[in-house]
Amino acid sequence: MSDNKQKELKNYIEQYLKKEDGDSYLIAVLHKAQELYGFLSRETMEFVAQEMNIPTSTIWGVATFYHYFNLKPRGKYIISVCMGTACYVKGAAEIMGALKEELGIKEGETTKDMLFTLQEARCLGACGLAPLIMINGKIHGDLTPKKIAELIKEYRNKG
Amino acid sequence: MIKVYINDKAYDVPEGITIMQAATIAGYKIPSLCYHPRLSLFGGCRVCIVEVEGMKNFVASCAYPIRDGMKIHTNTEAIREARKEIVELILDNHPQDCNICKRNGICELQNLARVIGVERRDYEGARKMYEKDEASPSITNDQQKCVLCGRCVRVCAEIQDVHAIDFTSRGINTRISNAFDMSFKESVCTTCGQCVNVCPTATLMEKSCVDEVFAALNDKSKVKIAQIAPSVRVAIGEYFGIKPGQNWEKETTAALRKLGFDYVFDTQFTADLTIMEEGSEFLDRLQNGGVLPMITSCSSAWMKAMEQFYQDLIPNVSTCRSPMSMLSSITKTYFAEKMKIDPKNIVNVAVMCCIAKKYEAQRPELMIDGMQMTDFVLTTRELGKMIKSAGINFPDIKGEEFDSPLGMSSGAGTIFGATGGVMEAALRTAYELATGKTLGDIDIQAARGTKGIKEGKVDVGGTEVRFAVASGLGNVEKLLNEVRKDKSKYHFIEIMACPGGCVGGGGQPYAGLGAEPFDVNLLKIRAQALYDNDKGKMIRKSHENPDIKKLYDEFFGKPLSEKSHKLLHTHYKEHFPKGIIPKRPNNGEITTEEKECNKCQTTNKKN
Repeated sequence: MSDNKQKELKNYIEQYLKKEDGDSYLIAVLHKAQELYGFLSRETMEFVAQEMNIPTSTIWGVATFYHYFNLKPRGKYIISVCMGTACYVKGAAEIMGALKEELGIKEGETTKDMLFTLQEARCLGACGLAPLIMINGKIHGDLTPKKIAELIKEYRNKG
Repeated sequence: MIKVYINDKAYDVPEGITIMQAATIAGYKIPSLCYHPRLSLFGGCRVCIVEVEGMKNFVASCAYPIRDGMKIHTNTEAIREARKEIVELILDNHPQDCNICKRNGICELQNLARVIGVERRDYEGARKMYEKDEASPSITNDQQKCVLCGRCVRVCAEIQDVHAIDFTSRGINTRISNAFDMSFKESVCTTCGQCVNVCPTATLMEKSCVDEVFAALNDKSKVKIAQIAPSVRVAIGEYFGIKPGQNWEKETTAALRKLGFDYVFDTQFTADLTIMEEGSEFLDRLQNGGVLPMITSCSSAWMKAMEQFYQDLIPNVSTCRSPMSMLSSITKTYFAEKMKIDPKNIVNVAVMCCIAKKYEAQRPELMIDGMQMTDFVLTTRELGKMIKSAGINFPDIKGEEFDSPLGMSSGAGTIFGATGGVMEAALRTAYELATGKTLGDIDIQAARGTKGIKEGKVDVGGTEVRFAVASGLGNVEKLLNEVRKDKSKYHFIEIMACPGGCVGGGGQPYAGLGAEPFDVNLLKIRAQALYDNDKGKMIRKSHENPDIKKLYDEFFGKPLSEKSHKLLHTHYKEHFPKGIIPKRPNNGEITTEEKECNKCQTTNKKN
């Protein structure tokens, strides 16, 4: 845990602890922690537990309840594969399959080189471009398994 | 008082109560699952739904407050159907393996399904699959059987204030787990077992060693020695469906012999010995400026809690082993010598009201010359199971006496099982050892009763001794936080991890069907049986027990002697399970040497 990040998290917690129901800001604090570290490690959760005087079991319960919280480190590029109706009909499953093969990981996992994290998404609202994926907020549409290989190569080269 | 109508009949009930409480007054027991009168309202299982006229939906009666003139129906066709459906859905995600389940016949969920009238399976959905957690020496967790009633989570947080477990994840993946999905062995769990007591299914259970004990009993090359704790004898009858509050000491002794034990000794004997050692340690601290207040050490779950949460108070805790561990030490030394038995051939089986004792038995600090002293710990429930399984006609068997010389006990040893009992027993002896005079009224009322925190004072030879007693780890925390602020508030403190003391231990028989686990009245009745037994005894003070005197004459010399320090005392270590970051005062590292010194002044001084 880098000291500056920990200091920032500590300061962030302290502003809430002054409030009467300080421990009800746990979710806000976990958001901040994830923003700082990219994910919630056991050490981070233990630190929050100690600073906020909240049991680790409670923090673990909250962190596992919300999909937003990542309990494992994530890659540089987050690939969201749209599994909405339109994309699905147009072959999203094949797109997902191609990605899994290309990256050698399952959905929810991160590549060993920490470059890519693969996840499912519900409708991303760009059905005209189906099937599509989103990489760090950028939409790539009209995909085929062949195009996937090229796309991943592009990002790999970028590093 | 307000008027409510339950099933078309008018009842006057006090304002501010729930529908379920009003129904209880009216003579109805509404089926429920997640509800527990001593825990916060959860309203999660919906089994207790009722119909209220004018309301669109059924309401959960455990949580819904009554209003004047409310018309409630508890047993309409629609309610019966809906309730049945709810239980069917709960059962759908539950392995249907009742006949090979450890709680077959003593399961609340099974009973609920029968009462509600579930006789068919209409649903066949996704099942949750989990590995069993069997790493802890005390508790097993089989999440496949969990119905998510959350009683364990609430008892751990609200009564014990330990917060070891919580709901984890969501949807069909919701489960009860320790932080970071740790096993019970690695977590902050103190192994008190109150979660096991309130679990309605076979999800949380004691780690059973029934098979191992049966195997040992059939090993002809071993000398098998049993001991039973005070609280076991006043509760084991309940396992056989007998009204609580009766003492089955002699029948239990006989049953243990029938099971194949060669010797049956009494943990109450070493309760007396504990008093000799602990009482002397207390007087030593009081008269020679030792660390006060002194805190008792017999409760195993408290031992674990203390090393995790109260490291600053380690110097205050008595170095005495628990009565169980003292007896095991003696059988493998004094008794083995006397009978010319190789201690390696002795199998010590302790029957306890407790599942934390299973953890205690494995503590490396208690090994003597590399040997574990207590080999197996059985709970009251496990002994009940063994007696039934061996076809022994309990309790209709002729009672028998304990074996000599480790079987005789005073009334002081008996009351160890109730909260305040250790304090009362210790004060009876400390008074007479200090003053040389006979204590007049030996019933110390201030130490009795089921209140979570008790305090009182006794004059011991001109010094006013202020004492406090706490049971239930939640109460313990309240009391010890006071002590941290003012160390001079008390001289002597008794701590029991379970509400009501050992009579409410995590290994006691499940509350009978229809009764509530850790019901205060049940704890009172069990404790009363101990106090009645004390009252009826000729010898009521530990130091007057002739066999204790003999043991000192023949073996130990005197309390706190070198030998007794080796066999009857122990030491404690700071312990930081995952989830707790060690707090270092002044950010300075405490070296191991320093810790060794300030943790057990008596032991180190004498060794």
